[in-house]
Amino acid sequence: MEENHVGITVEVNGRPHRSTVEPRTLLVDYLRDDLGLTGTHIGCDTGQCGACTVIVDGQSVKSCMVLAVQADGAHVRTVEGLAQDGRYHAVQQGFWEKHGLQCGFCTPGFMMQSVQILEDNPDPSDEEIRHALEGNLCRCTGYQNIVEAVKAAGATIRSGAETMAVGTGVGA
Amino acid sequence: MHPAPFAYKAAHSVEEALQLLRSHEDAKILAGGHSLIPALKLRLTQPAVLIDISKISSLRGIRRENGKLIIGSGTTHREIEQSHLVAEASPLLASVAPQIGDVQVRHRGTFGGSLAHADPAGDWPAAALAVDAELVIAGAHGTRTVHASEFFTGMLTTVIEPDEILTEIKVPGEGTPGIYLKHRNAASGYATVGVAVTATHDHGRIGTVTIGVTGATPVAFRASIVEHALNGHAVSAHLLDEAASHAADGLECLSDIHAPAAYRSQLVKVMVRRALGKLLHA
Repeated sequence: MEENHVGITVEVNGRPHRSTVEPRTLLVDYLRDDLGLTGTHIGCDTGQCGACTVIVDGQSVKSCMVLAVQADGAHVRTVEGLAQDGRYHAVQQGFWEKHGLQCGFCTPGFMMQSVQILEDNPDPSDEEIRHALEGNLCRCTGYQNIVEAVKAAGATIRSGAETMAVGTGVGA
Repeated sequence: MHPAPFAYKAAHSVEEALQLLRSHEDAKILAGGHSLIPALKLRLTQPAVLIDISKISSLRGIRRENGKLIIGSGTTHREIEQSHLVAEASPLLASVAPQIGDVQVRHRGTFGGSLAHADPAGDWPAAALAVDAELVIAGAHGTRTVHASEFFTGMLTTVIEPDEILTEIKVPGEGTPGIYLKHRNAASGYATVGVAVTATHDHGRIGTVTIGVTGATPVAFRASIVEHALNGHAVSAHLLDEAASHAADGLECLSDIHAPAAYRSQLVKVMVRRALGKLLHA
């Protein structure tokens, strides 16, 4: 191990990773550059925009404001881990069905925060959704449909209905 | 943006953290990191060593003891927001927590970190002053307790010595009504001005009012002039108008591109009046 590097073990989307990192490495850079998980986006890099939102030990965080060493021993979920067993996550389906994105840059962060919202409360009010999405910015200003997408995802989760198969509609 | 290089040490007890602080020059404490990491990224600060205290379980948690609420310095804003105990024992703290940053920030940022950082636009200093919090600080020779009124000494500066750590904050836990009103900077969410008020009243007569103000000046302060004008008097809209009109007397307000001093000064008066009105229904 190089001097001033630190060994960390992080479970990302269910897979354990042992890495050595410089202490100054940000979690978002670790995910993107070391693990190749580029679904987590870097928007403002100042903790404002929420594009880099991931879930660490069950709590959404802005991964540009967390050091990789702080995630040692943690379970991290990123947008790449949302689809399971060939099916989209209800949140992904909600964003698809309600057109909860325009350019799509902010979408991974919005989806991860939406997962957090619905795991805290599967039936949030519009106001609760908006308050809990405060830390995510959409420069296309597509907020109405994003709120609709979260509500639709909540309904899917509450109904227990099966979600779409991954790849549905792609290239059609 | 990348911080300058630093060494990283994780402490697993307060004793270990204090030992690490003593044995490293130019070390900084890392808790939630939501003030420190932005500063590191902008290279406003370039410490040689970060001592991570976020894994010290004894610094985390909320309990009630002898009528007081005791909050570990490493307790996150989110934990305070979601605490039934806080909601019952300190309505003011329960009012502040959900107004800090956003959910992601509240998941990481800590109560003690915010107080120790003493950002002039931070939310907790106003509340700590209004509830006259007692801050427990650990050092080489044991602990000492400092009242909030003596804790903040200047912009980003407190009485905590370089080899000490803030471990616990004690606040009154008898459920005194309180409210925090905040004029948010639209981009950052920080307080342009934030006003924390507690008040007891009985049959239309005010008992004791406490008012902490943040954002307006380099250091959060108690609006004592307003408090004295209200304590013991019968509640009326006229009384609140008159008292709040003096909230900015003698203040030298901060001035920046978001809000010139005159605007902040006006906001202090308006926000104090609104907070009093909400709390005292007048």
